[in-house]
Amino acid sequence: MGKSYEHADAAPKTRVSRIRLPTIHDQGTHLPTSKVPLRIPAGRKFSALSLVRKGMTGGDWPLVWRHHELAPTYDVVIVGGGLHGLATAHYLAQNHGIANVAVIEKSYIGSGGSGRNTAIIRSNYLTPEGVAFYNRSVQLFEQLSQDLNFNVMFEQRGHMTLAHSDASLRTMRWRAEVNKVQGIDSQVIDPDEIAKLVPLMDVSANTRYPILGALWHPPGGIARHDAVVWTYARSADAAGVHLHMNTEVTGIEVKGDQVIGVQTSRGDISTPIVINCTAGWSSIISDMAGVKMPIHTRPLQAAVTEPVKAFLDPVIVSGSLHVYVSQTARGELVFGAATDPFASYSTRGSLEFIESLAGHVLQLMPSLAKMRLLRQWAGLCDMTPDFSPIIGPTPVGGFYVDVGWGTYGFKAGPVAGEQTAEAVATGRIPELIKAFQLDRFEKGALTGEKGAAAVGH
Amino acid sequence: MLLIECPHCGPRNGTEFTYSGKIQPRPVMKGSDFEARAEWRRYLYEEDNFAGFAKERWFHGNGCRKFLDIERHSVTNEISSVSPAGEAS
Ligand SMILES: Cc1cc2nc3c(=O)[nH]c(=O)nc-3n(C[C@H](O)[C@H](O)[C@H](O)COP(=O)(O)OP(=O)(O)OC[C@H]3O[C@@H](n4cnc5c(N)ncnc54)[C@H](O)[C@@H]3O)c2cc1C
Ligand SMILES: [Zn+2]
Repeated sequence: MGKSYEHADAAPKTRVSRIRLPTIHDQGTHLPTSKVPLRIPAGRKFSALSLVRKGMTGGDWPLVWRHHELAPTYDVVIVGGGLHGLATAHYLAQNHGIANVAVIEKSYIGSGGSGRNTAIIRSNYLTPEGVAFYNRSVQLFEQLSQDLNFNVMFEQRGHMTLAHSDASLRTMRWRAEVNKVQGIDSQVIDPDEIAKLVPLMDVSANTRYPILGALWHPPGGIARHDAVVWTYARSADAAGVHLHMNTEVTGIEVKGDQVIGVQTSRGDISTPIVINCTAGWSSIISDMAGVKMPIHTRPLQAAVTEPVKAFLDPVIVSGSLHVYVSQTARGELVFGAATDPFASYSTRGSLEFIESLAGHVLQLMPSLAKMRLLRQWAGLCDMTPDFSPIIGPTPVGGFYVDVGWGTYGFKAGPVAGEQTAEAVATGRIPELIKAFQLDRFEKGALTGEKGAAAVGH
Repeated sequence: MLLIECPHCGPRNGTEFTYSGKIQPRPVMKGSDFEARAEWRRYLYEEDNFAGFAKERWFHGNGCRKFLDIERHSVTNEISSVSPAGEAS
């Protein structure tokens, strides 16, 4: 059986003593997530003192964001109140002083993919553009709780992608090298090291798909996805952004080739700038502005077990077995797999999914056979042909998109919000998102991220 | 879960079939200038993705191994027609 002895001496001893190499993107030890310090009004800030005080007095916590009437005009209208729309609103206000902004959400905040994902965060992608982009997001995640005064429970427990074939081992070596060049902690490890990190894993040679090695990425991990959504909603609200829930965008008004307003279920708004942050629904919104996009929508399902004692530290992904698993801080095992096999806007779970998922999980960790599943659900993913997002302007003036997030947009929320806000505020396309422009499909300049994004999130 | 009424095999579980995308008119290539190539790229990448009934191509791999044209609603997954590929029903 082929084993990888590469970097055997560089095997991680414990996850705690992680040393992050300085990267070309490091501009100092502390990169603030926002340029202007966050102003959460007194009485609404979370602290040990406020916890004690509320505990003693039984006082209610203030609403995390407020309700507003729909104004007739805004400087910027963001469609979609998921992580990307809210992060964009936050950075527009914090980094660029643009706060006359509305976020229009047809349902409740975080009701789309942002409230349904499995919260995996990592930066060990395959293309240099992808690595630089997602690494910036990891850096923003590392400081998010501190900077935005909200515990998002980001735990860097490590991300492990298993190889069951020589071909995938080869791609992993390639990825590890691309990652290292950019200063990302990423290496190929062998089955013995895998067994040390995950004792329950079956690394024997007599399974159907023996494990030959893994790509090990210590800075990867998981966060509390709802908390990430809520912290951006709270800080955007504090900066003066209007969050409109239960408000559906039904049309986009374009005059000549310039956006002039949006129609919603609560009335019309005039605005010179509309940003489409609707992920799975994004081609419907772009169609309203007359912009065609290379996106098709697929459901992605996930499932969670009852909580058990903590036993699984890293996030485990197996591309060949189409399955990934992590254990939440509460003890539940969260499972996911590949997208459903056909395009759809339906968010119903299927029996086929659960059957194949359970089978594959048991191949990796047979001792989980008695675990019980609690729930299964689905969310919508906006798939692009090259497994990379589309962020920036479109042929219609004032109409921007931050879409094409497929199965990997949770980890990108902070950086996508930051970069989209910069593109809108400055009218220039920032370096980090140059490779992700809409016109790359017509120019034939696709990015080659499939090898690192197709199943692995 | 889908139940697909194959015109050759009868009602079968959707897992026997492979989805291969929407049926969209294929451009006739005229020359190889930028506009012709751009049109071809649009055909390759820009798939219709609206919410509603759409015509799609499927393959009955675990059955008759024939291609089919299926009209399916992208929100409810309701199937309104199935016919052999290329033969409008
Ligand atoms: C099961 C599952 C697991 C996933 N796991 C991971 C993971 O581990 N790691 C990772 O990085 N990514 C993961 N993803 C992907 C990630 O969840 C998404 O890419 C991300 O949440 C997209 O965020 P968003 O803010 O762009 O979109 P969303 O959160 O989907 O928000 C879009 C919003 O737009 C609203 N909207 C739609 N139409 C309209 C309209 N007409 N008017 C007003 N509002 C409208 C919707 O109601 C929705 O709230 C997963 C996705 C799923 C479904
Ligand atoms: Zn058949």
